Amino acid sequence: MSFPTDLKYSASHEWAKIEGDLATVGITDFAAGELGDIVFVELPAVGTKVSAGKPFGTVEAVKAVSDLNAPLSGEVAEINSNLEATPDLVNKDAYGQGWMLKIKLSDPAEAAKLMDAAAYDAMDKHGH
Amino acid sequence: MEKKTPFYQQHLAAGGKMVPFAGYLMPVQFAGIIEEHRHVRTKAGLFDVSHMGEIEVRGPEALKFVSCVTVNDPAALALRQVQYSAMCYPDGGIVDDLLVYRYPEHFFLVVNASNLDKDFAWLQEQAKGFDVSLKNTSDQVAQLALQGPKAEPLLQKICDLKLSEMKFYWFATGKVDGVEMLVSRTGYTGEDGFELYFDPRQADRIWQALFAAGQEFELRPIGLGARDSLRLEMKYALYGHDIDQTTSPLEAGLGWITKLKKPGDFIGKEVLLKQKAEGIKRKLVGFELEGNAFPRQHYKMFKDGAQVGEVASGVFSPSLSKGIGTGYIKAELSAVGTPFQVEIRGKLIPARVVETPFWKQGTVKKA
Repeated sequence: MSFPTDLKYSASHEWAKIEGDLATVGITDFAAGELGDIVFVELPAVGTKVSAGKPFGTVEAVKAVSDLNAPLSGEVAEINSNLEATPDLVNKDAYGQGWMLKIKLSDPAEAAKLMDAAAYDAMDKHGH
Repeated sequence: MEKKTPFYQQHLAAGGKMVPFAGYLMPVQFAGIIEEHRHVRTKAGLFDVSHMGEIEVRGPEALKFVSCVTVNDPAALALRQVQYSAMCYPDGGIVDDLLVYRYPEHFFLVVNASNLDKDFAWLQEQAKGFDVSLKNTSDQVAQLALQGPKAEPLLQKICDLKLSEMKFYWFATGKVDGVEMLVSRTGYTGEDGFELYFDPRQADRIWQALFAAGQEFELRPIGLGARDSLRLEMKYALYGHDIDQTTSPLEAGLGWITKLKKPGDFIGKEVLLKQKAEGIKRKLVGFELEGNAFPRQHYKMFKDGAQVGEVASGVFSPSLSKGIGTGYIKAELSAVGTPFQVEIRGKLIPARVVETPFWKQGTVKKA
């Protein structure tokens, strides 16, 4: 499995694509694969404040439910409403059409705490 | 270190995602749970269930012993008939649920993998005073479950038994691709199908033969994930979720296998008779949730602000495309249609008791 090098990663398997003070957020292909078929993604309303490392929503797979954690702090600027009808976009295209949120960052310097693709690739994922 | 079933390499070759389960490395999924689930409902799927435990009971008092340790009545079994049953503790709690196969001279018990060691120790303890011998043959048995509406025509291509004559919950010894084995018309999916028990040294041969014969029927390997969603749509019990040592068969809706009037004593009878006379206080029901909400084990069930039960099993139903579950609820709230709520992450989600099985179009042959 290879991970896009233009993204940053959290230990809880979220990715963030940072463009200025806006970050697009989703979960990694690895996480989507571990969960299996995703049947529902619960996302916060636009305008909700989210904090780095804290849950912003949940993802329901056939057999299990998992928290989604914000990789960065800020305010929700946009959510991917396509996931309401087609949550399996997360399985099919985790880094593209399966994106979940756009966050207007309150502290862009937090990005330094996230991993790059090589570090995420090297992380012991089954230990987390 | 987990054990491997005789089909481990076949699972890897088929792209199975392996996870530890009941001491074994088992495939949780191949193509994906939803796809596999629907494939079994419409075509045919092959499950490796070699992790299941097998125990032989032999000796002059085999029937008397099996009758004493199980709640169903094995004396009602004809030769080559199979019975779904349960073993209870004296307090009525369930040791395990199992299949009982009747041979001319002995009984063959199939128990849950996760309970095998406990079950075997329990049976050995109860066998003192009976003229029987017990043998745990689990490591000498490979088991596959071929399930789905195409199971019969598929298996018939390579099996010398007349499968159309085999009724639901009967078995025979016959050859599949020339290999002698036990073939029973049983399963855990709600679809027609067979379970095959054979020498693990023939594992690869049988796996290949089934997939060769199954090509025209689009046979696919199916993982434990779909096994769970398929069984839950039928409200078939899963030990550790729907039943355990704290639940009685009467509470679990298994009154139909609990033969309180069978001749002789059986373990748990006294408590179960008392439960029946006094009425049970809680009952395992099937329920549906409203909207995009999915029940999970241990979620709490509420009515009028008070907790009235707990979720036992929950899943996204691939056949019904909604959240379904089972749970123990106060007996007075167990009637079909009763509204209640399930607490999910602090919110109370509307639910109601529904008729089960959830999936009513299964092709499983009725006895």
